[in-house]
Amino acid sequence: MRKDGTFIAVEVADETAADAALATKLTEACPVDIFATADGGKLEIVEKNLDECVLCRLCMDAVGGRGPDLVKILKLYDDGAVLV
Amino acid sequence: MRFFEYEAREVVKRAGIPVTDFGFTTDPGEAREIAQRIGGPTVIKSQVLTGGRMKAGGVKFADTPEEAEAYARDILALEINGHMPRGVLVDPKAEVEQEYYAGVVWDGTRKQPVMIFSPVGGIDIEQVAEEQPDKVGRKHFSNILPFGDFEAKEVIASTGVTGSALNKLTPIVARLAKLFVENDMTLAEINPLGRLKDGSFVALDAHMDIENEARGRHKKLLKDLGVGDEETRQAREATPFELAGEAVDSQDHRGVAGNVTEFDGNLGLVIGAGGGSLTLFDAVRAHGGQPANYCEIGGNPSVSKTCGLAKLVLQKPGVDKIAVMMSIVSNTRVDIVARGVIKACLELGHDPAEKIAIFRIPGAWEEEGFKILEKYGVEYADRSVSLNEAARRAVEKIQGTTAASETGAPGLIPGGHT
Repeated sequence: MRKDGTFIAVEVADETAADAALATKLTEACPVDIFATADGGKLEIVEKNLDECVLCRLCMDAVGGRGPDLVKILKLYDDGAVLV
Repeated sequence: MRFFEYEAREVVKRAGIPVTDFGFTTDPGEAREIAQRIGGPTVIKSQVLTGGRMKAGGVKFADTPEEAEAYARDILALEINGHMPRGVLVDPKAEVEQEYYAGVVWDGTRKQPVMIFSPVGGIDIEQVAEEQPDKVGRKHFSNILPFGDFEAKEVIASTGVTGSALNKLTPIVARLAKLFVENDMTLAEINPLGRLKDGSFVALDAHMDIENEARGRHKKLLKDLGVGDEETRQAREATPFELAGEAVDSQDHRGVAGNVTEFDGNLGLVIGAGGGSLTLFDAVRAHGGQPANYCEIGGNPSVSKTCGLAKLVLQKPGVDKIAVMMSIVSNTRVDIVARGVIKACLELGHDPAEKIAIFRIPGAWEEEGFKILEKYGVEYADRSVSLNEAARRAVEKIQGTTAASETGAPGLIPGGHT
């Protein structure tokens, strides 16, 4: 799944979004609440918070260092550059 | 926050400084009762947070309780400089042999309180300092280390006061200094401090200001004095624009984006950082600019908060452009502020390149910030451009726009990073 803000887009691999354990980790890790966990444990991206992203990489760490593969942070103001 | 005289006198009294047997009331009949209790000539004083009350007829001398009641009635209905009185203070008319001055003010330059004493009281201390400078003693003291009474004695003695008066005045001035520190005040003044016929001293009037930000630390005192949380006691009531600024700042805990003061110019300001807001505001005016507002931004506010502030300023009637300027920032991120102000422009349907006269915030995450600004074509300046120069460019740009809109010619676009 992918959602775009004005400056930041977040893309999460479908299998990651469906993994309740990873969803919880992502929700807990993000300091600006870009991720939330739905009732069934599925990950949700909170669109209104996307542009608050501080590029801290904590979400990428939360998925076991497989950041850009499982969770991508894209800088829309920089031709969609992926945060690594 | 300024205290009314009757409140300041209560603070003085609680600190152990002798005061007259005064009473405060909002009822003329009660003023008569207080005068009866005092049992002699009284002074009826309007309780307003403005000067010039004597000239305006807000202070009257009564020989009898009936006169006290009549004067209280008149004064309670008397508006002074746009202020209606909170009540009246009924004070014994003291037989004073000599009037002194004792005060403590916060010296913003030295970052310390300074004690001021003069044996010439009852008039403005500024006037005494000008006309009789040898009659004014000053001494800075620490607001962290314990206060020693000898410090008060030194400042009093420096004005030539000796003997019994010196000994009696020392604890009064020392207590005033201590109450200043303990109550986080910016001003604590007793003027006049009267010496009565029997040689004793008594506070005859007092003025006090407490630091606004410290109100939370003095809830008990404020409650005891009857000062409500809603009483800001600013020089004027906050405007709807200023209240909206407060609402923006309180929307989340991250950083500051608010403390807005409304002006009537055409250049909106989103400014801040370590005194930068004051410097920049002054610089804009020095270059002939007309700020639409003052504000403070810093401490890394969220994008939404920055956006909220920028939207508020952009929507203010009469604002043509905004200037986004700060000192070099370390704990505020350039990219976050850039996102916030650009988002505000976009959400209001403006072209950021047109609406942002200049963006001058160098510092943390500036590379990312500059990328954002470049993407939207916003003119920005790095740290090689001074605050003063940035303000000049902003003013030049808006004046060019104004001239262009008046003549129909295209606006002046000064050079910069775009």
